[in-house]
Amino acid sequence: MTHLAQAAPPPLLEARLLSKQFPGVRALRGVSLTLQRGEVLAVIGENGAGKSTLMKILAGVQLPDAGEILVDGRPVRIAGVRAAQQLGVALIHQELNLADNLDIGANLFLGREPRRCGFIDRSRINTEARTHLQRVGLDLPPDTIVGTLSIGRQQLVEIAKALSSQARVLIMDEPSSSLSQHETEILFRVVRDLRTQGISVIYISHRLGEVTALADRVVVLRDGEIAGELVREEIQHDAMVRLMVGRDLSQFYQRQPRPHGELVLEVDHLRTPAHPRRDISFQVRAGEIVGVAGLVGAGRTELLQTLFGVTPAVGGGMRVRGQSLRPRSPQAAIAAGMALVPEDRKQHGLILAMSVRENASLPSLRRDHRHGFLNRIAEQTVARNTVEKLGVKTPGLEQTVLLLSGGNQQKIVLGKWLALKPHLLLLDEPTRGIDIGAKREIYRLMDQLAADGVAVLFVSSEMEEVLGMSDRVLVMHEGRLAGELTREQLSEEAVMHLATGTIASHN
Amino acid sequence: MKKNNLGILGLFLAIFIFTALQNDSFLGAGNMQNLIKWSSLYAIIGLAVAFVVITGGIDLSIGSVIGLVASVLALMMGKGINPAACLVVVVVLSAGIGLLHGLLITKVKLQPFVVTLCGLLFYRGLARYLTDNQSMGFQGHDALDNFFSGKMPIGSNFFLPAPFFFLVLVAVLATVFLNRTVWGRYLFALGNNENAARYSGINTDHLKILAYVVCSTLTGLAGVLFAFELNSVQPASTGEFYELYAIAAAVLGGCSLRGGTGSVLGLIIAAAVIRLLYNSINMLGISTHLEYAIIGAVILAGVIADELVKRYAVKRRAAKALAEEAARR
Ligand SMILES: Nc1ncnc2c1ncn2[C@@H]1O[C@H](COP(=O)(O)OP(=O)(O)OP(=O)(O)O)[C@@H](O)[C@H]1O
Ligand SMILES: [Mg+2]
Repeated sequence: MTHLAQAAPPPLLEARLLSKQFPGVRALRGVSLTLQRGEVLAVIGENGAGKSTLMKILAGVQLPDAGEILVDGRPVRIAGVRAAQQLGVALIHQELNLADNLDIGANLFLGREPRRCGFIDRSRINTEARTHLQRVGLDLPPDTIVGTLSIGRQQLVEIAKALSSQARVLIMDEPSSSLSQHETEILFRVVRDLRTQGISVIYISHRLGEVTALADRVVVLRDGEIAGELVREEIQHDAMVRLMVGRDLSQFYQRQPRPHGELVLEVDHLRTPAHPRRDISFQVRAGEIVGVAGLVGAGRTELLQTLFGVTPAVGGGMRVRGQSLRPRSPQAAIAAGMALVPEDRKQHGLILAMSVRENASLPSLRRDHRHGFLNRIAEQTVARNTVEKLGVKTPGLEQTVLLLSGGNQQKIVLGKWLALKPHLLLLDEPTRGIDIGAKREIYRLMDQLAADGVAVLFVSSEMEEVLGMSDRVLVMHEGRLAGELTREQLSEEAVMHLATGTIASHN
Repeated sequence: MKKNNLGILGLFLAIFIFTALQNDSFLGAGNMQNLIKWSSLYAIIGLAVAFVVITGGIDLSIGSVIGLVASVLALMMGKGINPAACLVVVVVLSAGIGLLHGLLITKVKLQPFVVTLCGLLFYRGLARYLTDNQSMGFQGHDALDNFFSGKMPIGSNFFLPAPFFFLVLVAVLATVFLNRTVWGRYLFALGNNENAARYSGINTDHLKILAYVVCSTLTGLAGVLFAFELNSVQPASTGEFYELYAIAAAVLGGCSLRGGTGSVLGLIIAAAVIRLLYNSINMLGISTHLEYAIIGAVILAGVIADELVKRYAVKRRAAKALAEEAARR
């Protein structure tokens, strides 16, 4: 790979025996890691295994309690993000870190704006931003406000931002979790491109298919320790699972087809504020799991939000269990037996500063209160059930959810609704950022809920999941329902055709 | 949501002890009674504003609402209207003001700062217009005067002032509401992340309106207390700047202006610190021209100290967890 005929050049980046302790949690215990030039290294592991913590240490966001880091064979102290950037290490966080209210150009150069005579050099920002955007396949004017972009596109902007800072090591913490298939492919192209340019990439993902497709080497973390390493042809789904979980996981998607019950949701020419000129009609029965597929920006999230009363409908109607309903607030939707697990857990799913107990019990307080007073015992029970049922890794119920790992936060968002025993469960990317064991647990839960007569409507950008879990799939394209596929008609090609609008609707 | 009140308590004790050592008459019964009385009055308006600060809002109109309530009360009672009716009117008036603020903020989606800033100007002007800007007093209402600004003997020569009892009542109710009821929990959730609260089925608009109604109603109560305490009302100046003391007490007592946090006990101590400073400046013979400068500096120092204590607590917990882990191995 290198043109120099030197004897064993030092690795570009090396970590030796890193340890990191948080109150009540040992996130890392003596982790060592090397990264060669032009290598794509995947780091995988269950939720809370310590992946993000390790990356934050390498990128100067956190300091290790013990251990050392070497760059080009020289020990360095990465005391801050600035220091890391100067060493050429850039981290793209698991949670997006863009200023919503600024435009793309301003975000790319935030803190290091090119200047002319002391003023920000707008034209240089624009030209440079364009080139960086092209590298990630985004064809947008640099003065687009970031907040108006879909999460998927924001993620690509984030990657462009890291690229623009001349990184030699690019760390991506679950970059694909909010990308559509198309955008993920662009991302892969970008990553391979970088590899040929000699840039090293550390890639964290819970999607093992991506890891197989992309990685030169895989390091598996378990409970803060290195559980094993796989290179090239060893990188296979089952081998990775075994290292992560410590055992084989069989029977991933468990769907038992069973007769469906009465109609739970009837959507009749519903029009969402996001696509006021398209109307949507479909039905979901009790015990049925209906997937909603489509590209990012197809209006799937908006559909769920309208059903749930977050953004009230601008036309049409819906019936829930026979009752006609036009929810104008989530409260009304919840009262009708609905629940929504939103796409963006940080913004819509959690009160980050509150504890596991307070978050898990928030929606059920309405049911569990005694004449308006909190019922501590009920609260504790709800929270404990959530933690146990979903296997949330937390030092205790009083831990602030801000301090949980991404996947464990997601489990709380899901768990807080299950306590309410909804009739209609709306899930928006329910397994985003969730590890393979927990994913299987959530699939099992979905199946069990369906068996208990709950109607499940779930939006997902993971084709595997859509194909594996759905009794029926609704495919959306540019705000309208492009088509509906029964289990027999279901195939990846059929979904993609409808999602990209390449064939007409057939019903 | 637990809050560490040690920093503010330490600040209070430090100033208290220092002043007591410097001036013997500081600890005298009269001075202590005065201190308790004024601290209680400030704490009530501090608690009032805390409700909106927890939601991430603000109320700048508190001083003017106090002026308006006091003026209307004096005006009506001066005309010989039944005192009970007068009280009902001012309570309804202040609750209505809160309702108006809440509706403008949630339904018209105006910013709390703007709404209550306009309120600050409007209610002051209204008070002056209604009273023709005349000073007024409260004569011949001994029973009422006794109720709102009387004293209750404790032991042989110490009296507890009436506002103290009102504060205890308000503080107990606020503590129960914020920490023990569903709505209190909702209020904190709303202050921390309004979107997530809404997605969880909380009616955030109603809750915000409630917060502004509680704030203004408590302010109205404080207005009555201030009126009887001062025994005279100057429509142009009664209550002026009180919103700033209320907000200062809330912030010093642990409410973040970003919303989502707050402690009743911390706030009461903070209000006492502010009053104590006035008292100490007098007792220590410091030029009263320095009054504002000192109070401003101490509040700033208090907020900084609070921040440092919080960081230290986080470090201590981390160290403790590390030690426990080591012991387990
Ligand atoms: N600042 C913090 N304070 C306390 N605990 C923390 C903190 N950051 C992380 N942790 C804990 O450390 C452990 C490792 O977290 P980390 O975020 O590295 O996991 P992860 O492997 O990235 O998981 P995921 O796949 O869910 O993102 C978790 O148990 C987490 O709760
Ligand atoms: Mg992580």
